[in-house]
Amino acid sequence: MAEETKTPSARVGSSGGESRPERSERPERSGPRGPRPGGGPGGPREGGRKYFRRKKVCKFCVEKIEAVNYKDVRLLAQFVAESGKITPRRLTGVCTPHQRRLSRAIKQARNIALLPFAGRAQ
Amino acid sequence: MNRNYELMFIVRPDMVDEDLNKLISTLESSVTTAGGTAKSEVWGKRRLAYRVGRFNDGIFVLMMIEATGAVVHEVERRLRVTEPVIKFLTVRTDEELKRLDKIKKIRDSKKKASATPAPVAAPVTPATPEAGTETPASAPV
Repeated sequence: MAEETKTPSARVGSSGGESRPERSERPERSGPRGPRPGGGPGGPREGGRKYFRRKKVCKFCVEKIEAVNYKDVRLLAQFVAESGKITPRRLTGVCTPHQRRLSRAIKQARNIALLPFAGRAQ
Repeated sequence: MNRNYELMFIVRPDMVDEDLNKLISTLESSVTTAGGTAKSEVWGKRRLAYRVGRFNDGIFVLMMIEATGAVVHEVERRLRVTEPVIKFLTVRTDEELKRLDKIKKIRDSKKKASATPAPVAAPVTPATPEAGTETPASAPV
């Protein structure tokens, strides 16, 4: 797919052209580089920044959380937007294998009414 | 060929405790008579994220089953028929457990390899080997 090359037209999101090539070239596990916690309030969630973006590290890799269970709603709710949608990994900085597991867990949690499909989680 | 499953189901909130326990023991016995093990936890009443049927709350019950697929199929069939159960979800967990075990083994063997120099250097520099093994775990702020 054209995900790795510089095709800004394909993306609808507001991320700048410069940040995306950086992201694809950077190794997914930012652990060995000396992890800087990108935690805390991850800045503007809707991605208004164009140039400077802090190096985001994968929360799961840093804290060595291996099992993402559909049952820990509090952990999952951090990766779900206000609308109930799953936040993309370019905003949260999660690495690909963990994002896949996370998304699977969120969908399971939605099915068992632990997370909403749409709208705020009470 | 027993596999591990996690079965979570939601029971309507206005159910009595004893009926709930009866239901759980019926399901557990149906698993054990077919040659498997079952263990259940009742999570209690929780608010649902969306309305299911006519209810906004429900009593969550989690059952850990170790049995063959046919047994779980039967349990699910029973749950579908039981009126107070409003939702259920079965997840197969044996692959996940296998993977976690593997990771744990790798981590343990790594720790053992890095722990052997520690007792030698312990009387001299007790702080350094500890710091050496701890820095990857704790993210520097």
